[in-house]
Amino acid sequence: MIKELVVVSGKGGTGKTSITASLAALASKAGLKLTLADCDVEASNLPLLLNPEARREEAFSGSKVASIDLEKCTRCMVCEENCRFKAIKEFKVDELLCEGCGVCVQLCPAEAVKLKDRDSGRLYASETRYGPLIHARLNPGEANSGKLVTLVRYRARQVAAERGGQIILSDGPPGIGCPVISSITGVDFALLVAEPTVSGLHDLRRILELVRHFKEVKPMVAVNMWNVNPKVSEEISVFCFNEGLELVGKIAFDGTVAEAAAGRKPVVEYAPRCKASEELRKLWGRVKSLTGLG
Amino acid sequence: MLLAVAGGKGGCGKTTVAVNLALSLEGEVQILDCDVEEPNVHLLLTHQPAWEKPVTVSMPSFNMEKCLLCGKCSDFCQYNAIAQLPKRLLFFQELCHSCGGCKLVCPAEAIVEVERTVGVVKGCRAEGGLSLVYGVLNVGEPRPIPVVEAVRAEANPKGTVIIDVPPGASCPVVASIRGVDRLLLVTEPTPMGLHDLALMVDVARRLNLRFSVIVNRAGLGGNSVYDFCRREGIPVLMEIPYSRRIAEFYSKGVPFVKAMPEWKEKFREVFRSLQEG
Repeated sequence: MIKELVVVSGKGGTGKTSITASLAALASKAGLKLTLADCDVEASNLPLLLNPEARREEAFSGSKVASIDLEKCTRCMVCEENCRFKAIKEFKVDELLCEGCGVCVQLCPAEAVKLKDRDSGRLYASETRYGPLIHARLNPGEANSGKLVTLVRYRARQVAAERGGQIILSDGPPGIGCPVISSITGVDFALLVAEPTVSGLHDLRRILELVRHFKEVKPMVAVNMWNVNPKVSEEISVFCFNEGLELVGKIAFDGTVAEAAAGRKPVVEYAPRCKASEELRKLWGRVKSLTGLG
Repeated sequence: MLLAVAGGKGGCGKTTVAVNLALSLEGEVQILDCDVEEPNVHLLLTHQPAWEKPVTVSMPSFNMEKCLLCGKCSDFCQYNAIAQLPKRLLFFQELCHSCGGCKLVCPAEAIVEVERTVGVVKGCRAEGGLSLVYGVLNVGEPRPIPVVEAVRAEANPKGTVIIDVPPGASCPVVASIRGVDRLLLVTEPTPMGLHDLALMVDVARRLNLRFSVIVNRAGLGGNSVYDFCRREGIPVLMEIPYSRRIAEFYSKGVPFVKAMPEWKEKFREVFRSLQEG
């Protein structure tokens, strides 16, 4: 059985990607067969820390998009009047507003409107020194990020199965909407990374509520940069205790983490002796035993 | 002026800039929190809740006495929200985009549209005379756009409106920034900040918006963000230093201009240059 662990947070910028990269380095060092997935397809940052070598690339079409043949169009306006997405103006389709529903195609009396496949982005299968990495780039401004996340995870599972992988480690997107739902659906474990800020605690509550919609997913929490506000950090610990959540680690604010990012390396590799690296190794130890990987 | 504060990367300081800018300006200022998945502006401003409106979307309701089980609605639905079984239909409301197509193609008039609540918009007066409007997407709902649009519908056409934009670079961001007069892109001088800034620049160009940059956590990384802005001809209007003190104010939910009032003038200067340029 391949275990799947996703790192999410609700709030952005809490350190998901830095933590994922360090967990990848530690898991690989522990001899585990690892597959990585970057489920933040809108702003994919994990490759920046893992310097992957791209091996395969595929096109992704997230939906259809309408297009109007102006030679057939009789300017009757029926499409514009019935488009719920206000995507048609002066007989032209605004591709960013069109959701590809097909109502315009259905109603056009002149058969002037067609649906075509939209070019929504690319998916990449790459190699890193810790194992294969599946990542993607949704075209800026596009919709259907959730579908691309689903495809990233599907490809990651395929690669893991082919190569006898033991764990799939995913870096999730911020928020609680469709790409996050797609990142969490069907995983075994979700590591919720919280920062000790008023916003961080608020957002932790919401992402936890979402994770609990998925009965099969076991949540665990890590507090990043805990010493920026020890008081809120303590509130998060109490919150975890009251909610019966496993607090797997607290990582101190450490300037070395930013240096490591600038040097494009996981901090546990860049500066294995710094405070954050030490705490990340402890965190990994807890995660490893909770996930039954050793 | 309708001004949006975006950045692509999560946690790069969008909310910090939006709130501190709003508190620095004079006159009628409204702040709209369009990050409806994780709204945070209201956590930084003292306020009294004043009003709230549910946000609803339409979805089909099937009258099974009239339904012919012909399969036309499920064939039509591009989002696989309707599944046709031998003796009944299954409807997955989270997948529905409210296009109205199923009702249109139903030959038996078996479909009517009903409303479903997906979130809420709240509005109030906040400290500093600000008007605050924010949206909250119900947990478990995948589509934030209707809530974002409901927040934007509350924009005061006469005053200054500052929009706090969600992270990412996809449809909720587009819905938050479409048609604004000016776009401020907040970034941090790290490889991640630069990567996500470049994505937002693509989105801004695709939407023909006028934009400029604020560098947050300046001093943290290298020069690549500045090099990028120079190369692309993007003005950098302000730098907020990498400062433990500012981070601590944020952690307590305190906008830093309240503790460091000298920054108000700097934010006003940013606003003036937006008005002029």
